Amino acid sequence: MIVDILIAACLVISGIFGLVGSIGLIKLPDPMMRLHAPTKATTLGVGGALIASMLYFHFVVGQFSFHEFMIVLFLFLTAPITGHFIAKTHLHLGHRPEDLPPTGTDRPWASYESDEARAAIEAAAEAEAEAARKGG
Amino acid sequence: MLRRLLPHPLLTILLILVWQMLVNKVTPGNLVLGTILGVLIPLITAPYWPDIPRLRSLPRIVEYIVIVLWDICVANVQVAVIILFKANANTRPAWVTIPLDLRTPEAITVLASTITLTPGTVSSDLAADGRSLLVHCLDAPDPDAVRDEIKARYERRLMEIFE
Repeated sequence: MIVDILIAACLVISGIFGLVGSIGLIKLPDPMMRLHAPTKATTLGVGGALIASMLYFHFVVGQFSFHEFMIVLFLFLTAPITGHFIAKTHLHLGHRPEDLPPTGTDRPWASYESDEARAAIEAAAEAEAEAARKGG
Repeated sequence: MLRRLLPHPLLTILLILVWQMLVNKVTPGNLVLGTILGVLIPLITAPYWPDIPRLRSLPRIVEYIVIVLWDICVANVQVAVIILFKANANTRPAWVTIPLDLRTPEAITVLASTITLTPGTVSSDLAADGRSLLVHCLDAPDPDAVRDEIKARYERRLMEIFE
């Protein structure tokens, strides 16, 4: 009985957060802000469903399952990467470098450094390392 | 010799464990297959991962994971409140620059992933020399506070783990 209540609670929580994530996708005004909504659905929304599944298999079916841990692990590994890629695509497509805060270092944000500039800097660094190797 | 055969011992152990969890049953056959995968995959991917990260202390890693999981729960609720109850006109999205003290690529990756996983912040770009991180905040009336919190809460702990 208690287990049933716990499972139901987890499912309801995950449903609520999934719904809020979707509402956020519709409601928020610009692409970068909309990116925040789905990162929520993957963490607590999916997490709640997985905890419910774990409780169900352990207490009702009577066998322990590791698969939920794996799903969490793979989600936590891949979600930031997709988020990062979407953000970088957005920077390339619709953003101007002037709108971003300065990097605080002497090189620009990686998305806005031209290939020629990067090649020049890397060639210089390599030449320096080569010289140091010869000198040492 | 052993170093050549097992370029990343921790990765090998992790792969064996993950394989056992994927098949959900520990049998001798699964252990052998897991070990084969655990040796082959680090060998194949070794050229892309030349340096071995040194992990300093296990309790600190556990502490970090617990803190991040807790923050994910709290931040989820905060962002849900922002989405449901705050008018778009009142939310203050902001770009924040976080100067990095971390130098190891693995540590920076973990930090960037943590920032993205905690809802309300998405790490978007890295300075070309890898010395600062660009983070987008959903609602940050005070961007400096966000920067200080990330540095104090996550980066300081990662420094203790990785460097």
